[in-house]
Amino acid sequence: MADFETPKLTDFLETPAIQRDSMAHSQPFVAAPEHQEKLGYPGELVGNWQEKAIDKFGDLLTKYRSLQVYMDSCVKCGACTDKCHYFLGTGDPKNMPAARQDLLRQVYRRYFTFAGKWFPWLVGAKDLTKQVLDDWYSYFHQCSQCRRCAVYCPYGIDTAEISMAAREIMDSVGQGQKYCNEIIGKVHEKSNNLGLPAPALKATLEDLEEDIEDETGVAVKLPLDVEGADILLVTPSADFVAEPHVDGLIGYAKVFHQAGVNWTLSSYASEAANFAMFIGSYEQMHDIAERIRKAAQDLGVKRIVVGECGHAWRVAYNFWNTLAGPFDFLDPDYPVPQHICEFTYDLIQQNKLNLNKSANDHMTLTFHDSCNVARASRMGPEPGGQFKYPREVIKAVCNNYVDMAADTIHENTFCCGGGGGLLTDDLMELRVKGAKPRMQALTDVVKSDGVTHMAAICAICKSQFAKVMPYYGMEMDNVVSIHQLVSNAIILDGQETDEDEEETGEAPTEAPAPEMDMETVKDSETPDTAEAEGT
Amino acid sequence: MITAIYGSLFYLAALILFGGVAYKIRQYTLTPAPLKIAVTPAPTTSTGVVFRMFREVVFFETLFKSNKWIWLFGYIFHASLLLVVLRHLRYFTEPVWFWVSLIQPFGLYAGFAAVVGLGGLWFRRIAVERVRYISSPSDHLMLALLAAIFLSGLFMRYVERTDIVALKAFVLGLLYFDWQPMPADPILMIHLGLVIVLMIVFPISKLLHAPGLFFSPTLNQVDNPREQRHLAPWAAKLDPRSGAGTN
Repeated sequence: MADFETPKLTDFLETPAIQRDSMAHSQPFVAAPEHQEKLGYPGELVGNWQEKAIDKFGDLLTKYRSLQVYMDSCVKCGACTDKCHYFLGTGDPKNMPAARQDLLRQVYRRYFTFAGKWFPWLVGAKDLTKQVLDDWYSYFHQCSQCRRCAVYCPYGIDTAEISMAAREIMDSVGQGQKYCNEIIGKVHEKSNNLGLPAPALKATLEDLEEDIEDETGVAVKLPLDVEGADILLVTPSADFVAEPHVDGLIGYAKVFHQAGVNWTLSSYASEAANFAMFIGSYEQMHDIAERIRKAAQDLGVKRIVVGECGHAWRVAYNFWNTLAGPFDFLDPDYPVPQHICEFTYDLIQQNKLNLNKSANDHMTLTFHDSCNVARASRMGPEPGGQFKYPREVIKAVCNNYVDMAADTIHENTFCCGGGGGLLTDDLMELRVKGAKPRMQALTDVVKSDGVTHMAAICAICKSQFAKVMPYYGMEMDNVVSIHQLVSNAIILDGQETDEDEEETGEAPTEAPAPEMDMETVKDSETPDTAEAEGT
Repeated sequence: MITAIYGSLFYLAALILFGGVAYKIRQYTLTPAPLKIAVTPAPTTSTGVVFRMFREVVFFETLFKSNKWIWLFGYIFHASLLLVVLRHLRYFTEPVWFWVSLIQPFGLYAGFAAVVGLGGLWFRRIAVERVRYISSPSDHLMLALLAAIFLSGLFMRYVERTDIVALKAFVLGLLYFDWQPMPADPILMIHLGLVIVLMIVFPISKLLHAPGLFFSPTLNQVDNPREQRHLAPWAAKLDPRSGAGTN
């Protein structure tokens, strides 16, 4: 890991001067042959990779209208050039969205357009050389596919579509990324990104049940593989082991308990994440989504609820019906799938939860809109519900809430810096620098409004912030799950309240945060890397 | 001789322009969008999508949100271009349509405004480091081409007038396949020659942003994936339940 300097935060977010090739050295580990071959890709860079890559590119141009139209449409107006968090954090000009797209577009022009075939120098067309491939590998792994540029592009050009295509081309010639491809292999083999086997999952859930009962005196269950349950909860596997994710999982469990619904997790589909989206593979994404359908059918559930996870919610909300639908075997009275925030929001609206807001009084909260939730999905029936629902849930359980600056929230939100398959230690410099815009906005409200904690709605965001916030002088536990806040505030029927505890002199000064017994998990089978947490 | 060269070139250029754009539109139409990728703020109804596209086309809504300067210069240029093109319909119609004669005075000033717009965009392309970085020679040439067309047009209107009556006869002659001589005015030859270049370049350049905008899935999709299943033909072949087979 190369040494690097954490960007300095200033009074306001400055657009940096361009610094050529300042991030050219940033490349994630290349996938090993075994990880490649499991997904049906060549183990290593094939001999005739140029030819193969151009063939694959041509194939994708006929399959994706987005790619074809976006290759043609950019006028280089420059509106996107100051919008990418990776550019704002690094100053590398190839991290400007138009320049990143051009890495692929220059090859498109050379091989697929009249102008590029005959006048390459005029239109910036380039042959596909090893140097271009290196640039692709480097800079298409400096895009978290967060789509902030797409929100600002007058033609809606979505760099995520382009970076997905580039990664798919690279996979097809044997130059895959280790982090994503290894994890996709694991979800096929072990049902979740962590490689957490069913017995370990069961033990983990039982431990959590004990923790909740110790804390509240109420036997809240976290059921696994219960046939005939009404609701299947599909959540990122980080929720089972990582902090602060697991506190969110406890929150879901308490909400389900209080709602009196019959719910279950599935050991067959113990993962909401679908990393195949990051590598642009429709086929892989399809296979991973089919697991959810099969689990729902095998367990005979009526509804599917999805936990706090950004890209997983994008895949679930926007793609599941396409990939694994139609879900006509589920109860049509509920949205398929339903987000846990929609579920909790509805209960709050119906006054079905007994909430003690003051349980979160030791915190002043702000909320980080996750890119995929904000720009690539929705909650509720109205446009913008994805902004309203999480905030309404937070405000129902907290007294102190402040939004960050308007140009850094809602659809203008900044990526955490670790999305899109980049949440790996080999990209630490990129992750720290890419977090700069969000850290700047957060620091601003820390100073102006005394914000102490930032709530997140995505497993990747939570892992990323827990890791990078210390670089910016904040504590890793300053990031919290939305349902962790719900968990703090909810008073279960029959629960010992604070008043009871005060009488016994055991009132906690901090809201109870059940400790996760990591050893249990590790003893059963070690989740392969801490980095896999962000799933 | 001039008449024959320009006449033939105009036919050729029109063929390339309309044929080329039709080809691209066909390509965009036939290429499926397999996934729902509407970008926020995405409308939940097709009426909403029509309004969204309307606001994009008529007001450049997103660009306004993105960058006020690019919006300002870009908007001035495009609005002026529209007026100037409509004003030029007077050379294609006899008698001149009523509404075309109505916009005539505005169309004249629009020529100047267009040059201002182009100038502002070109200035940014050179002066703003980030925009300079993403610019290719063709991006500068495109601005030069458009500027030259406008400047030569303004020159013929305000400095040295061309024989506009003869020109109109030439244009109508092309339209009705009854060729009339083209005035041998050097500035006019430059003006028309550059217009021919623009027409030819249109379908093979970034000017495809004009039809492309309407086919952008992030903008033109309805945000209703939970309510309505969206399945592209090639994707349906992977789907065991679509009845599309698995070949």
